[in-house]
Amino acid sequence: MAAPEIPVVPSGTAPPARVYRHRLPTRIWHWINAITLLILLMSGLMIFNAHPRLYWGEYGANPDPAWLAIGSTPKTGYLRVGEWRIETTGVLGRWTDAAGDEQTWAIPGWATIPTSYNLADGRRWHLFFAWVLAIGLTLYMLWSLFGGHLRKNLHVRRAEWSPRHIWRDIRDHARLRFPAGEAAARYNILQKLSYISVIFIMLPLMIATGLSMSPGFNAAAPWLVDLFGGRQSARSIHFLVAFGLVAFFLVHIVMVLLAGPVNEVRSMVTGWFRLPPDRGEGA
Amino acid sequence: MNGIILPRRQLIARAGGLAAAAGALPLLAGCDAINDAPAVRKILSMGEVMHQHSQRALTDRNALAREFTRADLSPVFRPNGTRLPEGAAYAAHAARGFADWRVTVSGLVNKPLSLSLADLRAMPQRTQITRHDCVEGWSAIGEWTGVQLSRLLAAAGLRDRARFIVFRCADRIGDANYYESCDLIDALHPQTILAWALNRQVLPIANGAPLRLRIERQLGYKHAKYLTGIEAVASLDSIGSGKGGYWEDRVDYEWYAGI
Repeated sequence: MAAPEIPVVPSGTAPPARVYRHRLPTRIWHWINAITLLILLMSGLMIFNAHPRLYWGEYGANPDPAWLAIGSTPKTGYLRVGEWRIETTGVLGRWTDAAGDEQTWAIPGWATIPTSYNLADGRRWHLFFAWVLAIGLTLYMLWSLFGGHLRKNLHVRRAEWSPRHIWRDIRDHARLRFPAGEAAARYNILQKLSYISVIFIMLPLMIATGLSMSPGFNAAAPWLVDLFGGRQSARSIHFLVAFGLVAFFLVHIVMVLLAGPVNEVRSMVTGWFRLPPDRGEGA
Repeated sequence: MNGIILPRRQLIARAGGLAAAAGALPLLAGCDAINDAPAVRKILSMGEVMHQHSQRALTDRNALAREFTRADLSPVFRPNGTRLPEGAAYAAHAARGFADWRVTVSGLVNKPLSLSLADLRAMPQRTQITRHDCVEGWSAIGEWTGVQLSRLLAAAGLRDRARFIVFRCADRIGDANYYESCDLIDALHPQTILAWALNRQVLPIANGAPLRLRIERQLGYKHAKYLTGIEAVASLDSIGSGKGGYWEDRVDYEWYAGI
């Protein structure tokens, strides 16, 4: 592929400047992942329906204390986290399905694959797309490492680590003041940190905690489940990191919408990004 | 002037876009049609096959499941599956303390066996404290005592054509008695035992009395309870609908439950 190695900002002042921002592997991986993570989340929520309780330690079943539980009373649904409990009737624990029937599964049908309770099918989707995630992530990590993506785009420069720089970036984000001109061609510090944490921390954690729930894998490599403090702890961490990824997704979508969805989505499809006109002030 | 790039109207328009996306939610019902398509199910089941083959290829086939200490035991061991088999025959056995219970070893063996609990208890025993992982997600740790399946199969003499071991059970669920199966790697594994005791007590009915399988590197539904028969076969094609187990045949649970 005869692609430029780094974003190339055409010289001169003729607007609108376009840069080649995302190389093909990034674009392919991005969209495969978008679908894969959605399927893994929804099928994972179906699996969670089979036992909507989370524990710490090696064991945990109905007679044991759960730190999180979704359940139902004769009239309501609830979510309990530790001592804190809220009524979630209509959403969690007790809800009405598309046919108008009341259900007491933890997660409503619109959020699960398939839409009505089926542990076997939920597992089938989950365990298939786990492969797509693991293989895709491995290839993307290798490409990032050897293809220069990590070094050129994600590497956090020394100046960016300064608290003042990070604080200013946080303030700019909070004020919806997005980079313009040439600065928009590069990832800012918050983007770098969030992409690094997704690629190198959260997704590997999902795979490692997922494998730690496999009794076959536990026998072969007991050190992994030990690292997480037991199988039920691994299950809890799997759930928490999944919601970390959901949080990333929500912020990601809001940022794309605010920064110009057409331009942003186009750059993730074709690779080409139109630079927002410079505001004419020091970056 | 440049502080906020997006004018309010633009923000509202974009919020409208979000709402439109939410309108696409009914499309999710289409997911169920995809879920039920035979071609999709076939592709998805490849994931299971890949897990089985990668675990068999990349990990030690004889690796032992972690054994715990008595300090790690679950205070209450939650039963899985059937808690009380239906029918007068089982009730009569239970009333007699399973004194007449027999388990057979048949199929592709040189010397079929029929053993009482006393016969089994007279053989060398193995005790192991292991974690039981249910397909639903919960786990419980218990102490199991019983006879290694490999000993029974050695006593019966497995024939060369035998590839799988099928487990027959006394608990009827709907239209059939429960059944399960495993390959010879798990059947001959040192921790695969026919357990008659849980936590140093005679096995309770809810946990599979008088005899249940422990197959420690697989999920709970593989651990057949209320065992009546052990059958060596060359293929699973003629067992149930051919997928090797009660739930495998009925709801497509994975036959390889190591994941």
